[in-house]
Amino acid sequence: MPTQRLADRALFVRTETVRLTRIAGAGHYSAVFSCAEILAALYYSELRIDPARPDWADRDRFVMSKGHAAIGLYPVLADLGYFDPELLDDYTRLGSAFGDHPDMKRIPGIDFSSGSLGHGLSIGVGMAWAGRHAGSDHRTWCLLGDGELAEGQIWEAAMAAAHFGLGDLVAVVDNNQLGIDGFVADIMPAEPVEERFAAFGWDTHRVDGHDLDVLRATFAALPGRGGDRPQLIVADTVKGKGVARMELSPDWHVGNLAGADFDDVMTELNR
Amino acid sequence: MTAQDQSEIFNGTAAVGFADSRSTDGTDTRAIPAFVFGEELGVLADDDPRIVVLTADLGRSNRATDFALRHPDRFVNVGIAEKNMVTVAAGMAASGLVPFAATFGSFAALLCAEQIRTDCAYPNLPVRVVGHHSGMSMGFYGTSHHSLEDLAMMRCIADLTVVCATDANHLRALLRLSLDHEGAMYLRLGRGRDPEVYPEVPDLQLGRAELVREGSDLTVVATGSTVHPALVAADQLAADGHSVRVLDMWTVSPLDHAALAAAARETGALLTVEEANVTGGLGSAVAESLSDAGLAVPLRRHGVPDEHVPVGPPAALYAHYRLDGDGIAAVARELLDTRTRRNA
Repeated sequence: MPTQRLADRALFVRTETVRLTRIAGAGHYSAVFSCAEILAALYYSELRIDPARPDWADRDRFVMSKGHAAIGLYPVLADLGYFDPELLDDYTRLGSAFGDHPDMKRIPGIDFSSGSLGHGLSIGVGMAWAGRHAGSDHRTWCLLGDGELAEGQIWEAAMAAAHFGLGDLVAVVDNNQLGIDGFVADIMPAEPVEERFAAFGWDTHRVDGHDLDVLRATFAALPGRGGDRPQLIVADTVKGKGVARMELSPDWHVGNLAGADFDDVMTELNR
Repeated sequence: MTAQDQSEIFNGTAAVGFADSRSTDGTDTRAIPAFVFGEELGVLADDDPRIVVLTADLGRSNRATDFALRHPDRFVNVGIAEKNMVTVAAGMAASGLVPFAATFGSFAALLCAEQIRTDCAYPNLPVRVVGHHSGMSMGFYGTSHHSLEDLAMMRCIADLTVVCATDANHLRALLRLSLDHEGAMYLRLGRGRDPEVYPEVPDLQLGRAELVREGSDLTVVATGSTVHPALVAADQLAADGHSVRVLDMWTVSPLDHAALAAAARETGALLTVEEANVTGGLGSAVAESLSDAGLAVPLRRHGVPDEHVPVGPPAALYAHYRLDGDGIAAVARELLDTRTRRNA
């Protein structure tokens, strides 16, 4: 897929997120804006998936460990054909399958439910272990937030992944620099992320998380499936990327975009 | 089993003393509950490729090592990282496996409550969290190792089945039953020294308590380690002329409401007995059930009062809290006397 087409899909992730935020009256848009290119590069270029067979045993798995970015994943799954896009119009309404965090029981294409931070890498360890045990060569991808790295369970999982030699596990850190209360560097620094994971026995890579060519090339250059060292990709990103007043501003972690805000943001995104 | 064979299982690390973990005092402990966990699963796994056993550096304590000897490729030791263990198990379950994740009950239920709820129960995955050495069975290890809150914490989690093992044969039945169960389970095991209640592997049905002794004056509703002393108490009370029914309420969630209603109607009074804090545990569950059914009968909740227990050998603690046969009989007499006075 040409890079421009991936860029279109990243824009689609952002605009759909804004649209769904308006439906719900609130949403985690800025945490989606930072990973829009990562989602586009993974889902439209890298993952071995088949929307017609969401339970295909040998599919690549994707665990949205930073579950509050689900609002950006739903449109992608709909766009790929996992379900009718019109279903998204019920986003967060009473009884909807689509809430602020992803639900594997109700949404085709969601490989695991998440929401509570710090669990996703352990899920990935279990999936990667099971895949290897079953003789499958599928990869398991986990998207983590940099603030999330303060959770101790992440490091329990990191230790286990390396000890068990899970080379088909890939963790991508959406290093968007902000938590709810401010800069991660001030609250509880995650850096040096690469050194920390490397010390746990991981191979590490560092990329510009908004550069689609770099992302795609990095994914393509990973060691072959069946390796024995888990892979970490630190994707340097900007929270709120794409809307100037949101970029690296702690004031836009969650909220509503209605009225003039909605129009302004949509105009800026589509510029 | 040679030392070399064992070291392969343990990924090259020394396995000194592994064979000795069978017992701590030289006796054969094979026929007692926590210690048949690994052995029974090992046999079941011969025919069921979905079974995986995880532990958090307690494979000797819970004898998951018996499973490891038989199926080393399906044994996972995550180290002292219980939350990771439960969530890794959930990831495995989402991939078609049936993992049994075992650690001390206090760590399983208290440390991993959120992982059990969010990663296992909510997605309705077939993870079996095994909390062993429950209650006060770790005695002088102290508060951190006492598991008195796990029943209360686990039974308020939706879509989580909570069951207690009574003895070795009962545990075998629970493990077999679990293989056909779709959702998540919490299996509460004792220390592995519970005397035999079931001479054979019972035919259990989830949601159906086992009537282990018939009686008409009072029903003792016990679970796990308290079923045997409840039977001892019933024998003592029979000598006094009291006919005491004993229900093994191993199925804490779902609870056997029908058996409780029948007990209330037919025996007129209930005594719940549990090796747990009485707040929120089996006694609370039974009180809720009777209340919901509109059955107002004398009920006494007997267990550990709402306090942190002192250290001491388990047997001493059971006597201290009147959870041995003599103690349960004494509490039952108080309840029977109260009812007799009220009816006089």
